[in-house]
Amino acid sequence: MELTGAEIVIRCLQEENVKFVFGYPGGAVLNIYDEIFKQDLFKHILVRHEQAAVHAADAYARATGQVGVALVTSGPGATNAVTGIATAYMDSIPLVVISGQVPTAAIGQDAFQECDMVGITRHCVKHNFLVKDVKDLACTLKKAFYIASSGRPGPVVVDIPKDVTALSTKFEYPKSVQLRSYNPVIKGHPGQIKKALKLLLEAKRPIIYAGGGVVLGNASDLLTRLVQKLGYPMTNTLMGLGGYPATDRLCLGMLGMHGTLEANMAMHEADVILAVGARFDDRVIGNPAHFFQNPRKIIHIDVDPSSISKRVKVDVPIVGDVKHVLAEMLALLDEMDKGPNAAALKVWWQKIDAWREKKCLNYKRDEKIIKPQYVIEKLWEVTQGDAFVTSDVGQHQMWAAQYYKFDKPRRWINSGGLGTMGVGLPYAMGVQLAYPKAQVACVTGEGSIQMNIQELSTCKQYHLPIKVILLNNRYLGMVRQWQEFFYGNRYSESYMDSLPDFVKLAEAYGHVGMRIERSSDVEGALKEAFAMKDRLVFMDFVTDQTENVFPMVPGGKGLSEMILAEDL
Amino acid sequence: MRHIISLLMENESGALSRVAGLFSARGYNIESLTVAPTEDKTLSRMTIVTSGSDEVIEQIIKQLNKLIDVVKVLDLNDGRYLERELMLVKVKATGAWREEMKRMSDIFRGRIIDVADDTYTIELTGSGSKLDAFLEALDKAALLETVRTGASGIGRGDRILKV
Repeated sequence: MELTGAEIVIRCLQEENVKFVFGYPGGAVLNIYDEIFKQDLFKHILVRHEQAAVHAADAYARATGQVGVALVTSGPGATNAVTGIATAYMDSIPLVVISGQVPTAAIGQDAFQECDMVGITRHCVKHNFLVKDVKDLACTLKKAFYIASSGRPGPVVVDIPKDVTALSTKFEYPKSVQLRSYNPVIKGHPGQIKKALKLLLEAKRPIIYAGGGVVLGNASDLLTRLVQKLGYPMTNTLMGLGGYPATDRLCLGMLGMHGTLEANMAMHEADVILAVGARFDDRVIGNPAHFFQNPRKIIHIDVDPSSISKRVKVDVPIVGDVKHVLAEMLALLDEMDKGPNAAALKVWWQKIDAWREKKCLNYKRDEKIIKPQYVIEKLWEVTQGDAFVTSDVGQHQMWAAQYYKFDKPRRWINSGGLGTMGVGLPYAMGVQLAYPKAQVACVTGEGSIQMNIQELSTCKQYHLPIKVILLNNRYLGMVRQWQEFFYGNRYSESYMDSLPDFVKLAEAYGHVGMRIERSSDVEGALKEAFAMKDRLVFMDFVTDQTENVFPMVPGGKGLSEMILAEDL
Repeated sequence: MRHIISLLMENESGALSRVAGLFSARGYNIESLTVAPTEDKTLSRMTIVTSGSDEVIEQIIKQLNKLIDVVKVLDLNDGRYLERELMLVKVKATGAWREEMKRMSDIFRGRIIDVADDTYTIELTGSGSKLDAFLEALDKAALLETVRTGASGIGRGDRILKV
């Protein structure tokens, strides 16, 4: 039997067991939407802006490990999706974004709502396709899902002209696809793994530095076993939080620009670094020249060869899926009769404990004014550390990362690489749809939340009981912090005048709004909000305007050159 | 250092812009880039002349391999290789130049492929430096137009880039 292109799109999504498609209709995708109307195997979530569709699909992928799917129309629908796609690309999130395109005959004619989607997204996708022949449609979609989810994951765009969705062909969904030009390495080289273990066991001051690859590669359990077996200190990147239990003694917390003193110092002084699914980016190691001052050996496990030796020279590269490589390492370690250097490790831990003693995350508590850190601490307590926390980008993001101790992977959902303001609310939507009963908190700022606040309407439509934790300091806080430190307190355009009344705004959208102005009310309000299991509660916490994020490695400085709260 | 990178990629629309775009997005140099289908019509062969430190070249190779359409990549500088480039040069062929240009073409083993009353068009192949040398040797006043293809490269002996 022959199916139309639009029917084929639906069938392919069903074959891929897609549960949710996040999208927004328009002229070029009307045929596809007509077929969506006739089926009930997956649910379509109608967002209020295409950017949010992609973010929500992205969060669904981050929380579940499944490929997220978004559907947008041509032209402005497609360009609105670009920020979402670039965000997913920078954090290696598996996505398939289907965009409508003007009919093939109209391509290149500057037709109404035409844009060169393949050209525009080329630099922010893992791969993209323009389907010119309906006969290629099923196979292309299969390839898209395969490419998005294998190797180092990433977003794949499939651009489908309107006439292709109307034409018919015989439908056959390939069980698998093979690409001669794309064969991601899965197993690590055994010789390299042996070499790495030898180096690791000889270390006097080792550290295990784990990134988002551990979470994406579902390797948390194996990493936890390896760290605990060795008894080595470990640190997570922003993207790696939850990849190892944050409440465990061996975890030194997050490292980098706003990392803990103990994590940054241990990273700086280590003689052997085992990097697992992390990429030594500029927010992590600070000034590379400063980082290279200390001689050390680096072992780097990554599924993407181009991540290895990109910013730092690596001594033992291991290309492979982190899960396979860690399993192999553990197996070899079990066979060995030699263990870590216990005496050296004891000295190393004493040094680390001394850094820890400084309690770099302490902050001045206040009886009256709400400290943003305090809100996150209470959020952690009230949710028993078991919530999914999404965040936007800025100071609140760093406080959430520092003070919410993630013990499980895929619980911390944020834009690490691209740093996209406005992701928080659509991220919370994607997570809440994936886990309807879970506690989902969106930690945000009054700048970020307004970048996608229209999604409160989507939340109402689908009854998503998200808890919005707005840390409202009436400033674009991270910008203000840099202006305070490096621009002589000249707060250029970082103050937001005439903010809306967020309580009324929430109510206007049909949700519950709360304003919390006193420190003593924080805990009670959070408990009250989370007790409302079937309502979205928008909590406007009026926080200290002058609070800054510490520790901080200023731009261009080395990891050990942190500014601590006590310095000021 | 100057490197010649050969690669085979799927002969699909947009493949060239993926490679060219990669170089501009990541700030790598391109001295020249040539591309054409191979005897296997599903594949295109590309020769890229670039330059950079060892680290940069390593990244270029890795990033090229990462492109989904790229089937194989070879840094010709890793072994022995041959390099050829084609150049067409239009020169004045009036008066004393008519004889002089013929002589220059012969010395550099070029061929005159078009003869007009006032001009010759000379075809010349060789390494980039040989073509440079020819242009250097030519009387600048006689030089009307040049067009170069950019280098094509191939490994010597049994160094073969094939799927």
